[in-house]
Amino acid sequence: MAGKQIPVHPGLFTEGKSPQLVGSKCADCSEVTFPKQSSCPKCTSEKAEEILLSRKGTLWTWTIQHFAPPSPPYDGPQGDDFVPYGVGYIELEEGVRVESRLTINDEKLFKIGMTMELGIEKYRTDADGNDVMTFVFQPAS
Amino acid sequence: MSSDDIAIIGIGLHPFGRHEATTIEMGVMAANMALKDAGINWKDVDLACAGSLEVIQPDTMIKYMGLTGIPFTTLFNGCATGGNLMRTTANGILAGDGDIGIAVGMDKHPRGAFSVGSTMAGLGLPEWYGNTGLAVNPQFFSMKTMRYMHDFGITDECLSLCAQKAFENGSRNEQAWRRKALSFDEIANSQMVTNPLRKRHFCSPSEGAAAVVICRADVAKKYTTKPIYVKANVFKTRLHGSFEVLAPATPTARLPAPSVQASQAAFEKAGVGPEDIGVAQLQDTEVGHEIMHMAENGFCRDGEQEKLIREGQTKIEGKIPVNTDGGLLANGEPVGASGLRQIYEVALQLRGDATGRQVPNHPKAGYTHVYGFPGVSCVTVLSR
Repeated sequence: MAGKQIPVHPGLFTEGKSPQLVGSKCADCSEVTFPKQSSCPKCTSEKAEEILLSRKGTLWTWTIQHFAPPSPPYDGPQGDDFVPYGVGYIELEEGVRVESRLTINDEKLFKIGMTMELGIEKYRTDADGNDVMTFVFQPAS
Repeated sequence: MSSDDIAIIGIGLHPFGRHEATTIEMGVMAANMALKDAGINWKDVDLACAGSLEVIQPDTMIKYMGLTGIPFTTLFNGCATGGNLMRTTANGILAGDGDIGIAVGMDKHPRGAFSVGSTMAGLGLPEWYGNTGLAVNPQFFSMKTMRYMHDFGITDECLSLCAQKAFENGSRNEQAWRRKALSFDEIANSQMVTNPLRKRHFCSPSEGAAAVVICRADVAKKYTTKPIYVKANVFKTRLHGSFEVLAPATPTARLPAPSVQASQAAFEKAGVGPEDIGVAQLQDTEVGHEIMHMAENGFCRDGEQEKLIREGQTKIEGKIPVNTDGGLLANGEPVGASGLRQIYEVALQLRGDATGRQVPNHPKAGYTHVYGFPGVSCVTVLSR
């Protein structure tokens, strides 16, 4: 039986055709944070509400992870199965830059300022054969 | 009360590198060197402070020094630990705990890249952040550097020239771990780790210990003819709006980095400016951060580093010598000890005793700066 698709963490992003990251917005100063938290790191308020973040943003900076990170905590592919992946901060209109894995890993394809769009992608298979899914940003079509 | 009330009268270093000795043994060796340098014995010490990442209780070293009942504080503030050890010891003296204190940093890290630990629980981060391969320090160092290069025109060539200077300085320092000068091509063609940074642009985890003995400045001349005065020793944590290591998100609205805050406060307290500093040790986890830290600490404007480094102005014989002992690149980083190695080096330079790598014209003032997770910085301004 084929495995299911399961999110790496429940409530981190919404599923479906147009997924969105789940952040929080301060009820007092409107500061947006990701991932969601119940207090505000800017104004110290303890009133923050859940919001869904924009699906598109611009690439603020990037790198390519060329080696498999130390494991644990990293639990993705190791050794010959490891494929270098892009990492970047995506600037969203909510006033926050979100760190994310990127779908591209060829340095010629990166350009600071390019438009990026959220997707959900498998990053590993778990012991039961399930696809473990995480959020990624890809160049917008 | 002025910060001139504190003076460094003894310094000790267990050279960084790879050693047989245990972490505690290295700490004891560095402490004993610092006591000998000050011409005192352990029984003269009124208070102590020690720090380490790998040793949970570095204060256990006291059984090798002597059980004299003194207050012995331990602390850990990531890569900023060393600077904060001296600060906390000084604060103890100023608070009346005694006249003479010692600060000791020590560490011994496994080979290979630094790990953030097997779990995120101790770092205030969600597990998915580590599981999916985002909790990797070099990613941050590279991404901050990448954006800085984009904004201020720093070139790949400048990164490798900065590393070349570090290994050249290491080759002039008998106590350095990496004492072989590397050619520009060896650095520029080394393996890409996380763009734009390559293997030879990064420091490595290592082992070692460093210690300083400090005292009330009014009694310093009893112990040494060359006291080094602590004009300022400032510790700052991040504001909401600075771009920091291991951050799942960062606000678009930027605020100054903790290094900028610490530097400005330190210069204000010391009553001197960056132009008065003759030798500086800046946190160089990798070359991108040495370059950015030059500006964050006020030694140049953003982007000026390209010209300064090409002209060799950060070399030992340059206008503003940076990381004269080879820095983290040539010494590696035993996290708990690193900030005190910087203070050791600046004290040697101000005394005129930095054999093989002495900055010319006998500088009057020096500067040290450490930065680390989760966005903390500690700065000192020292003078003879």
